[in-house]
Amino acid sequence: MKRLFPILGVVTAALLVYALYMALIGAPTEQTMGNVQRIFYYHVPSAWTAFVLFFVNFGASLVYLVKRKAAADMVALVSAEVGVVFCTVVLVTGPIWARPVWGIWWTWDMRLTSTLVLWLIYVSYLFLRRFSSSGETPTLAAALAVLGALCVPFVYFSIWFFRTQHPQPVMGGGGSIDPRMLHVLLINWLAFSCFAFLVCWSRYRLEKLQREVDQAHALESLMAPRGSVR
Amino acid sequence: MKGNNAYLLAAYALTWIIHITYLATIVSRYSQLKREIDSLRKNK
Amino acid sequence: MSAPAGITRVTLLKDLRLEWRSKDASNSMLFFSLLVVVVFSFSFDPSAEESRQIAGGLIWVAFLFAAVVALNQTWAREIRNQVLDAYRVSPAPANSLFLAKVVGNFIFVSVLEALMTPLFIAFYRLRSIGPAWQLLVVAVLGTWALVVNGTFFAAMSLRTRSREIMLPLLLFPISLPAILAMVQATTAILNGEGARFWMTLLVTYDLVFTTVCLLLFETVLHAE
Repeated sequence: MKRLFPILGVVTAALLVYALYMALIGAPTEQTMGNVQRIFYYHVPSAWTAFVLFFVNFGASLVYLVKRKAAADMVALVSAEVGVVFCTVVLVTGPIWARPVWGIWWTWDMRLTSTLVLWLIYVSYLFLRRFSSSGETPTLAAALAVLGALCVPFVYFSIWFFRTQHPQPVMGGGGSIDPRMLHVLLINWLAFSCFAFLVCWSRYRLEKLQREVDQAHALESLMAPRGSVR
Repeated sequence: MKGNNAYLLAAYALTWIIHITYLATIVSRYSQLKREIDSLRKNK
Repeated sequence: MSAPAGITRVTLLKDLRLEWRSKDASNSMLFFSLLVVVVFSFSFDPSAEESRQIAGGLIWVAFLFAAVVALNQTWAREIRNQVLDAYRVSPAPANSLFLAKVVGNFIFVSVLEALMTPLFIAFYRLRSIGPAWQLLVVAVLGTWALVVNGTFFAAMSLRTRSREIMLPLLLFPISLPAILAMVQATTAILNGEGARFWMTLLVTYDLVFTTVCLLLFETVLHAE
């Protein structure tokens, strides 16, 4: 198991380099937007990866509510945190793309708006995890995660309808995509998915160690040195 | 259109800055905890 | 009457009685609501045509502020008297208690809204082109959405650090689709347009979240 990590690391790094090459050089240049459009190859896969991670968070939270396994709680925490990181990338690359193309930093388009709401929901989840008392954190967080996940379809529907009533520039091009561009997009998605998996695995190991240390501390204070009682 | 390449560079660079910063916090916390657990085990 | 419904009714009546007796808290809340309307009137010029167009949004933001302050208030009393521990130990089903709390909060917030609405109408010289009863339906659905989630998150935040900020922190993101719906529906009705999509969204949102909150409350209550 331990040896798998570095192997995956090398494979992922190679994939990322290849994907970067394809995004910057391999993919054809877009007609209207020029080179700036290549931000698309980082912006969209990050969004997809974030959604997958949030879905994992939903699943892990449900498992925790039913089975109360610490591993499920850790997976929930990890997937939410890494998901927020990827979501942040989407929210940062979005405006950087919008500015040269539409002259504005923010457009309330579907993807950007729904990503913002998702980001807010999962950041609030992370806040709850940090601020709640450690005994009840896993359960409360799991409950919040379920509510948050159930909110997602409402987020999409409400923003979709709002968009149709108040149209705004759509990022990433609405219509069909050149198959060569799709190919590069999917390669980047694969590379970032592997990367996300590795990051999650690292964070999971960190969390496991953290809990071990916390337990050791707790044990230590229980077996306090004699003479300190009363 | 030339100036737009700066935006492209900024987007890619910021993406990796974000990811590397996060990884760096994981690594630093991990080594800190490792030291802590080693010292705890020694004191036992 | 079945036992759970009976418990809901009893708890609700107790809460309402307590609220009525502790007039200080209620009076300060009412005054707060008035202040919110006045602050909004100073910030968003009521005589400007634009303000009338965004009146739907203004009202709901004002309601949202009032709801958050009210929700924080109602749980504060419970904590002081360690009522939550009593709930945990009692054999009463958690859902009944939750429902009683939600209805109680709903009534409380509705009273605040009933005070703020005529003020808004007067200050902003609002006229509704669409049927006013539809506005009432939106008000009920929207308030319920805020209150059911708000009560749930308030219960969740009870043992957290910075308890009072936790409630809006958790409530606002999840409420965003509902807030969009409430505001859009209100604005549409005020302008005489159809609000069917938004009302349907609100009804669905209310059903889904009420059900899930009821299902999860027991778990949250015993989380430790």
